[in-house]
Amino acid sequence: MQSIKKTFLSIVIFLLISSTSAYAKTQIQWWHAFGGRLGELLDEQVKKFNASQNDYEVVHTRKGNYSETLNAGIAAFRAKQQPHVLMVFEVGTATMMAAKGAIKPVYEVMAESGVKFNPDAYIPPVKGYYTTTDGKMLSLPYNASTPVLWINKDLMKKAGLNPNMSLKTWGEVGKALDAAKSAGISCGITTAWQSWIHLENFSAYHNVPFASKANGFSGLDTELTFNSPLHTQHLGLLGKWAQEGKFYYAGRRNEGGANFRSGECMFFTESSAGYAGIKKEAKFDFGIRHLPYYEGTKAPQNTIIGGASLWVMTGHSAEEYKGVAALINFLSRTDIQSQWAQDTGYLPITTAAFKATGSFYRKNPGTDTAGKQMLANAPTENSKGLRLGSFDQIRGIIDEELEAIWTGKKNAQNAMNSAVARGNQLLRRFERANK
Amino acid sequence: MVEKKQAGYWLTHLGLIIGVLFIFFPVWLAFVGSTVTNDDILQPPFPVLPGPHFIENYKNTLLYGGPEDYVYNHIPIVKMLINSTIMALGITIGKIIISLLSAFAFVYFKFPFRRTFFWLIFITLMLPVEVRIVPTYEVVANLNMLNSYSGLILPLIASATATFLFRQFFLTVPNEMIEAARMDGAGPIQFFKDILIPISRTNIAALFVIMFVYGFNQYLWPLLITTDTSMQTIVMGIKFMIPTGDDFGHWPTIFSTAILSMIPTVLIVIGMQKFFVKGLLESDK
Amino acid sequence: MEKRVIFKGWWLPLLLVSPQLIISAVFFFYPSGEAIWNSLFLPDPFGLKSEFVGIDNFTFLFGDPYYRASFITTAIFSISVSVLSMGLGLYFAVLADRLIKGAGVYQTLLIWPYAVAPAVAGVLWMFMFNGRIGLVSWYLGLLGYDWNHALHSGEAMSLVIVASTWSRVSYNFIFFLAGLQAIPKSIIEAAAIDGAKFWKRFRTIVFPLLSPISFFLLVVNIVYAFFETFGVIHTITSGGPEQATTTLVYKVYADGFVGQDLGSSAAQSVILLICVGLLTVFQFKYIERKVHY
Repeated sequence: MQSIKKTFLSIVIFLLISSTSAYAKTQIQWWHAFGGRLGELLDEQVKKFNASQNDYEVVHTRKGNYSETLNAGIAAFRAKQQPHVLMVFEVGTATMMAAKGAIKPVYEVMAESGVKFNPDAYIPPVKGYYTTTDGKMLSLPYNASTPVLWINKDLMKKAGLNPNMSLKTWGEVGKALDAAKSAGISCGITTAWQSWIHLENFSAYHNVPFASKANGFSGLDTELTFNSPLHTQHLGLLGKWAQEGKFYYAGRRNEGGANFRSGECMFFTESSAGYAGIKKEAKFDFGIRHLPYYEGTKAPQNTIIGGASLWVMTGHSAEEYKGVAALINFLSRTDIQSQWAQDTGYLPITTAAFKATGSFYRKNPGTDTAGKQMLANAPTENSKGLRLGSFDQIRGIIDEELEAIWTGKKNAQNAMNSAVARGNQLLRRFERANK
Repeated sequence: MVEKKQAGYWLTHLGLIIGVLFIFFPVWLAFVGSTVTNDDILQPPFPVLPGPHFIENYKNTLLYGGPEDYVYNHIPIVKMLINSTIMALGITIGKIIISLLSAFAFVYFKFPFRRTFFWLIFITLMLPVEVRIVPTYEVVANLNMLNSYSGLILPLIASATATFLFRQFFLTVPNEMIEAARMDGAGPIQFFKDILIPISRTNIAALFVIMFVYGFNQYLWPLLITTDTSMQTIVMGIKFMIPTGDDFGHWPTIFSTAILSMIPTVLIVIGMQKFFVKGLLESDK
Repeated sequence: MEKRVIFKGWWLPLLLVSPQLIISAVFFFYPSGEAIWNSLFLPDPFGLKSEFVGIDNFTFLFGDPYYRASFITTAIFSISVSVLSMGLGLYFAVLADRLIKGAGVYQTLLIWPYAVAPAVAGVLWMFMFNGRIGLVSWYLGLLGYDWNHALHSGEAMSLVIVASTWSRVSYNFIFFLAGLQAIPKSIIEAAAIDGAKFWKRFRTIVFPLLSPISFFLLVVNIVYAFFETFGVIHTITSGGPEQATTTLVYKVYADGFVGQDLGSSAAQSVILLICVGLLTVFQFKYIERKVHY
C-alpha cells in the first residue's frame, strides 16, 4: 500500500513540476478592442510573436469597443488587476497621459529593458500624436488611419461626370454634387466619424488650431477654438447640402459605410481603413482621393491619424516589462507592419515599412493616398494631433451640435459656439481633476 | 357578454386579432430574418416570408456563434444561453431562499432590532441597481467578481418585494397549524420545512416565474460587468453583435439569437401561466 | 391583528435574516453610501487622486441644460409609455372580457411579450425602422417619407416609446383583465336590463370600479419606465440624437461609464436616489395598504 501511495505521489509531483515548467514562459496580458477580421489579424500577429521566441507568451483578450476597452482597463487598474498592454483609442490619450501613476511610458520601458529602440524609425505624423512635446514616445501607435475621400465611379458616370475629374477642393465637390442631384442620385455624399473628419482633421489639414496650447499638447489649460469662421464656413456648407438633400447623414460612427458600400452614395469621407470593407462588399468601381480642402487657405498641410495605440500599465515586474519590450519591437518590424498595412488599410508605423509596402501600393492604385496625405508636410503644432481630456465626451457633444446643424435646428456658428462652450466646461473639470 | 350582437362578437374578435398581430409582427420579422441570408437582408425590401435557411442559420448560431467568416470572437450562442440560464436560476433561487428565510424570521420570531432590520430591507426598494451602478461596479471589481457568475447574481438577489410577499402570506397561516406542529414536538426549523414551505408552494411557483424572467432579461448590469465574450449573457450579447463602427454584422445570426433569447422565458411564462398571472397580481398589489 | 404564535429564541432568526442583510449591506448600502460620498469629489478615473469639491458637482449638473432636459425627457417618456401601454392593455382586456370562450387563448397570445427582454424588443423595433434596410422605413420611403431616427429626435423618441409600449402592454393587460373579471356579472346584467348600453355601463360602472387598479398601474408603470427602459434606449438610440432620448438613468451610465466623469455620475446617482425614494414612498403611501409595521 505504501509503495503504491509513494508512486502515486511521485507521479503527481512529477506532473506538477512538468506542468509548471510549461508555464515558465512569462505571460503578458494584452487587452484590445478588435473583433471580426481585425481581431483575426491581431490574433495572427500574437501567434507569430509567441512562436518566435521561448521566453514570453502574449495572451490577448477583446474587451469590447474602444470605450469599453478603456473602461475595462481603468476598472482593472482600480482593482489592481490591470493588464500589461492596453489598447486605447486616440481620444483617450490625454486621459492616459494624465494618469501618471497608472502608465509606464514606452520610452521608459524600452530604455529599461535594454532592447534596442530607435524612435526615429517611426513616421512622424503617426507617432506625433503619442509623443511628448520633446519627442519621447509614450505609447506605441498600433492602428493608424487618416480620412480620405472615397468615390463611386459608376454613380459619377450616371451623373454625367468624368470619374477622373479633379475633386481637390470642396468647391469642385459641390459642383459634382449638383450634377448628382440633377441626375436623381439620392445620396451625393455621406460621411463617417464626422467630428474626426470634418473638424479635427479639417483643422489640421488647413493648419488652423482646433484648440489652444498647440491643441492641448502644451497645457491642461487649453480651450477649444473650432468655432472660427473657416470651421463654420465648412459646416455651414455641409448643412446647406444636408438641407438640399445632397448630404445624407447616417450616424456618428461608421453607419454611412453601409450606405456607401451598398452603392447608394457617390462620395464618402471616411477612414482609409475602410478599404477592406469597401473592397469586400462594393459591387461598383470605386476610387480613393485626397480629402478636399478650401482654396486660399493654408491647406493642404497634413491630416492627423485616428485609431489606437498601445499603452503599458504600471504594476508589473521587470521581467514582464522585458517581454513587453520584445512585443513592441516585434510589432515594429518591417515585415509585420507591411503585412498589417496591406491586410487592413491602416498605415504602417515605420518609414521602412511604408517603403517596403511600395509594390502593394503600386498594384492597388489609390491605396497609398492616405500615406501621401499624411506625409505631405512636416507637422505643425496644429497638425500633430490632439491632446484633450474627456475627449470622448467632447466628441459626443460635437456630434450632437453637428446633428443640430444637419436638421437645420441651429446654424453652424451657434452650434459650434455651443459645442465650444460645453466642451470647455469638460476641459476645465478634467484640468481640475488632474492638476 | 350581455348583449348578443353578431357584429359585436366579430368586432371583438377582430380587435383582439389586430392586437395579436401588433404583438407578433416584430417577432415574426425577426423570425423571417433568421431564416434568410445576410444579402437578402442588406438589399431592401426586407422579406416578409421565411426563407429556406432555418436549420443552417440556427445551427451556425447555436454551435459556432455565426457563419464561418463571422465567427472570430463570437461564442456559440449555446454558451450565452447557458450563462443566462445560470444567472436567471441563481437570481431566482437565491432570492426565493433568502426571502423565505427572512420572512419566516420576521413573522415567527421576536429578536433584537427586528424593526430596524425590517425597515432597512424596505429601504432597499429605493435602491435599484441603476441608482448605484458605478459604486456597485467598484465593489464587485474589488471583490474580483467581474466576468463571473457571482458578479452577475449576487448584487441582484436581495429582494424586498419577495420578502414582503412571503411575509403577507405567512401572516395568513392559521395559528392552529403552528399549535399542531408544536404539540408534535416540532421545532421552528421543522415547522418551516414540513409545513410552511409546502403550503407556500403556489406563491413560490409564482415568484419563480417572475424572478426568472426578471433575472434572465437583465441587461444593464451584465453589460457593465461582463467584458469577456465567454461570459456574455444572451440578452446583452445581442447588442455586441449589432454592427457599429467598422465591423460587419451578420443579421441572420443576430435575429436567430434574438429569437433564441426569448424561448426560455416565453416557455416558462406560458407553461406556468396560471402561477405567473397569480404571482403578478399578488406581488404587486 | 390576531395574536400570533411566536417561536422562542433570538439567534436563529438573526441567522435567518443575515443573508439578506449581508447582501443588502455589501451590494446596496455600501455602494449607495459610496455614491453619496463620491458625489462630493472630483476623482480622476484611475483613482489616483481626487479633489473635494463640495456641492460643485451638483451645481454643475443643475446648470447644465442637458441635465435639466433629461428630467423632462424622462417624464415625457415614462408618462407616454404608461398611458399608451395602459390604454392598449385596457382595450384588449375589455375585448377579451367580452368573450365567453376564447379569452384564455387570447390571454396566452397577448401575455408572452412580458417574457421578452426590453433590450431585445429594442433590437426588433430598431431593425424594422432602420433607415436603410428596415421594412417599415422602406415602405415609408416609397410613400415619400424619409425616416431617419439617427437624425430626427422626434422619430427617435417615438420609436423608443413604441418599443417600450409594446413591451409593457401584456403587463397592463393582465391586471385589467383580472380587474374586469372580478366585477360581478350581476351588476353588469342589472344595468343592462335597465337599458344601459355598453358605453354607458363602461363609463358609469366598469371604469370607476377599475380606478384603483388604474391608479396603481399608472404609478407602477411610471416607476418602472424610469428604469427598465435602459435596454430599449441603449439598443435603439444610445440616448441620441442630441440626447433627445437620454433619460436620467441613461445619463448616469453615459457620464459614468462612457465619459469616465465619476464625480458627475455619482452626483446624478444621488439625485436619482432621491427621486426613486420619493416615488417609492408615494407608491407605498397611496397604493400599498399593507406595508405598515
